[in-house]
Amino acid sequence: MRALDQKLLRDLVRLWGQAVTIALVVACGIASYVAMRGAYGSLLTARDAYYAERRFGDVFAHVERAPDALAARLAEIDGIAVVHTRIVRDILLPVAGMPEPAVGRVVSVPTRGEPPLDALRLRRGRTVEAGHPDEVIVLEAFAEAHHLGPGDALPAVLNGTRRDLRIVGVAMSPEFVFAVGRGSFLQDAKRFAVIWMAEDAVAPVFRMEGAFDDVVASLQPGASGTKVTAELRRMLEPYGVLSAHTRDLQLSHHVLDGELQQLGTYAVVTPAIFLGVAAFLLNVVLARTLHLQRGQIATLKAVGYTNAEIGLHYVELVAVVVGAGAALGIGLGAWLGHGMIELYRPFFRFPDLAFRLDPAMAATGVLVSVGSGLAGALGAVARAVRVPPAEAMRPESPQVYKRPLVERLGLLRLASVSGRMVLRELLRRPMRALLSCVGVAWATAVVITGYFAYDSLDLLMALQFEGAQREDVEVTFLRAASGSVVSEARHLPGVVEVEPRRAVPVRVRRDAAYRDVVVLAHSERPVPLRSIAQWPPRAFEVPDSGVAMSAKLGEVLGARVGDRVSLELLEGDRRTIDVPVTAFADDMFGLFVYVSPAVLRGMLREEGTVSSLLLTVEREEEPALLARLATLPGVAAVTRRADVLAQFRDQTRHMWVTTTILTLFGAVIAFGVVYNQARIALSMRSRDLASLRVLGFTRAEISAVLLGELAIYVLFGVPLGMVFGQELMNVIMSTADPESYRMPAFATARTFAFGAVVTLIAALVSALAVRRKLDDLDLVSVLKTRE
Amino acid sequence: MALDLPRDTAPLAPEAVLEARELTKVYRMGEVDVVALRGIDFELFRGELVVLLGASGSGKSTLLNILGGLDTASSGRVRWAEHDLASAEEAELTAYRREHVGFVFQFYNLIPSLTARENVALVTDIADDPMDPAEALAMVGLEGRLDHFPSQLSGGEQQRVAIARAIAKKPDLLLCDEPTGALDAQTGRVVLEVIERVNRELGTTTAVITHNAPIAEMADRVVSLSDGRIVGVRANAVKKSPSELTW
Repeated sequence: MRALDQKLLRDLVRLWGQAVTIALVVACGIASYVAMRGAYGSLLTARDAYYAERRFGDVFAHVERAPDALAARLAEIDGIAVVHTRIVRDILLPVAGMPEPAVGRVVSVPTRGEPPLDALRLRRGRTVEAGHPDEVIVLEAFAEAHHLGPGDALPAVLNGTRRDLRIVGVAMSPEFVFAVGRGSFLQDAKRFAVIWMAEDAVAPVFRMEGAFDDVVASLQPGASGTKVTAELRRMLEPYGVLSAHTRDLQLSHHVLDGELQQLGTYAVVTPAIFLGVAAFLLNVVLARTLHLQRGQIATLKAVGYTNAEIGLHYVELVAVVVGAGAALGIGLGAWLGHGMIELYRPFFRFPDLAFRLDPAMAATGVLVSVGSGLAGALGAVARAVRVPPAEAMRPESPQVYKRPLVERLGLLRLASVSGRMVLRELLRRPMRALLSCVGVAWATAVVITGYFAYDSLDLLMALQFEGAQREDVEVTFLRAASGSVVSEARHLPGVVEVEPRRAVPVRVRRDAAYRDVVVLAHSERPVPLRSIAQWPPRAFEVPDSGVAMSAKLGEVLGARVGDRVSLELLEGDRRTIDVPVTAFADDMFGLFVYVSPAVLRGMLREEGTVSSLLLTVEREEEPALLARLATLPGVAAVTRRADVLAQFRDQTRHMWVTTTILTLFGAVIAFGVVYNQARIALSMRSRDLASLRVLGFTRAEISAVLLGELAIYVLFGVPLGMVFGQELMNVIMSTADPESYRMPAFATARTFAFGAVVTLIAALVSALAVRRKLDDLDLVSVLKTRE
Repeated sequence: MALDLPRDTAPLAPEAVLEARELTKVYRMGEVDVVALRGIDFELFRGELVVLLGASGSGKSTLLNILGGLDTASSGRVRWAEHDLASAEEAELTAYRREHVGFVFQFYNLIPSLTARENVALVTDIADDPMDPAEALAMVGLEGRLDHFPSQLSGGEQQRVAIARAIAKKPDLLLCDEPTGALDAQTGRVVLEVIERVNRELGTTTAVITHNAPIAEMADRVVSLSDGRIVGVRANAVKKSPSELTW
């Protein structure tokens, strides 16, 4: 081994505390990159392979009823490659062991052969056979949740009639990677089912012989999805088109896409924070090391080593620290990545989903971390090797201290001598002090962002499920029911309050901008069961005339109060109505138009029809009520608020994993920053401190001089970290689709305090580690050492 | 780049291997100019042992640094073989030090994290045709201390490691800056004996800087400096052995 390499090793051993803490910060950065970028890549690979293999559609449309003959004409639309028409209807599945029926969807498949698009991936059993109208294939997630398999019976309410179906196969489908019921945003494998039945079995049940109500199409290469969708909508118009959209609005794809985007952002932001901190730490540690080795560098130069050789020697030091951190990070990241994929698995159903550690990605991670490490180190190295050897041989002239402005203003007169030492040290290197504060701040911010998701969800639950949504059960009808259901419902077992709700699908348009949304009319009772939750929280009054809408919808349409918008009804007589916008609601999800029941009645020219009923129920009577509701014709879904809440909690129960990891990561940063600054402060000031000891200062007093500097970093860093934390939360929330969610980036005071406490503890532990060295200070030998 | 010694040398006239003419050096210290050398003419002849004698601040270290390629002059010329060190680029100076010069400093300048053997290897790693580090250490009488760290060695031993490090590359020039400055007289004599032996046995052209007049007695020639000027040059008719020196 070369003597210089020997020196490298020994230097590393001497710097091990600093080397290890910096390597850990790098490891956290690389681990977060490898885990998140790896999970992102794995999901993307699984998705693309699955979509390609099962021929997932590009364009989707839903109509009331169109004749089969239209299919051939749709296939001629310019840009369309393949058209697949089918029947898709909502159904109820009264499942044993559940008080309320599961919501489901039946999707027809060709009686013979595979669907040309959105084909199934059969997991168990076989496909349905012609001539056996009771045979069905069931969605795997639902089958697993209920332990169902081929051969089992499956009761279902199809078009209001109960049928006993028989499961012959269990399958998954690219259009239900993320499977939720219509209008729901929570996944519940137990309560949402998809069944596939042969076309000739489905059609008679819904009186759809010779007709279809759903279209899936694939595009020719290079064709415009928007143009094809518009043409598809135009051709389906006479048949009652309910929706027509490209893949990005397909529910499952949309949710998956949102998750991928969020993951992609995280995979950049998180490592950037860690690598930035690591670069800073490398810079200060190396600058100090080079300062201490000034004489050694001069000697190396004197004996003939070139600047490049000496520079490389120190660069190698950085490379070893960063490389070790990166190697650890890749291992840790692969482990975390596997864990993330396991957390995703129940939510996003793919046939082949596995965490894959892409070597190119790992290499990128290492390169980026070494690059950032070098970026931090190169300046210091270049400065050190540039000093001519004869000059470097001489001891450095005493450092220049000036009386800083605050001192000249007399502000320091009150401070003790040790206080002045601390302040002068800080003010002499303001940039280092500032960056140290920033480093500490990131630690606090990372911990806060680990916890804020809890707070935001708690807030959302409080606003939505405790404030705005007070019913026990919501009964949704397949199609609008007459107002008489309200009084009928009062006679159902256990029902206390009944509140009708009307929802009408519309296309709202202003000039060229439009959105397909839902018009909602809530009850006008003084204390309604359902109201509109706003952020910041305050009551929302639906105006008596005109329409109110989500403020976000107003933004999308470019509409202000007083502007007129057109509403194209997507059901009933499908008229277009011109209405004034009279208010905006700061609601938190979806895009809605809110009207008073009276206004809606006028719009629909109907007398109080009802889409769903909100009920409050006497608890002991609830099972009887649910049993009863399951048998009623025309009921599309029965939703218990308690179930939604439980589901919500269930879906957030994995969050502690992320939270714990981010808390640990935050602590690593805090420890890394404070420990390294403390070691450097100790190395720079041990002579001063020993002199103070010789003069009779106590250990506590000299500790105050050393640790005072660190205390100031923490004192300024933690509040700054709270600001960073808020900004980081905003960035994270901004990755969510604002037309779906507008959750406030909100953290409670407790979360902010937790971030501060974790930082303080990490800082304290590292300060104590260094303080121990202060106690071991050898007064005589320190005074002898030449600086 | 390599600076090769001329191979065929004139046998009679002493050959100047290093020659300085009208050297000046001005340092800028804060806001004042400090003149360290005020027009020096100086030569080193092949194989001789020269002592540069002068008080602190006389400019002798500055001269040695310029001769050794550690520093550059403000004006004047320094000729080494066919090359002018005064106008040399940093890379040329590095190559010059690497291939031709061995340094010994007052404070030894060993790398504290490397053992005696490794400190020597630091130089042999980058030299053409060096000695074995153990052989160089044996020459200075440290064959028993190969694997000791500088902190485990006495001052005299550390300085002998430094000498071993300087000679291990078989340099053309051995430049010693106050080699006994940090040592007691007895240890200093041991170190000077080693330097004298290297000069005698290896024929290495050697320059020793000192403020300590008795040391001049071991030299072939003594050059006295004062206030940045050469104030006297004399040849010793009889060289004393370092063991005979007292101070």
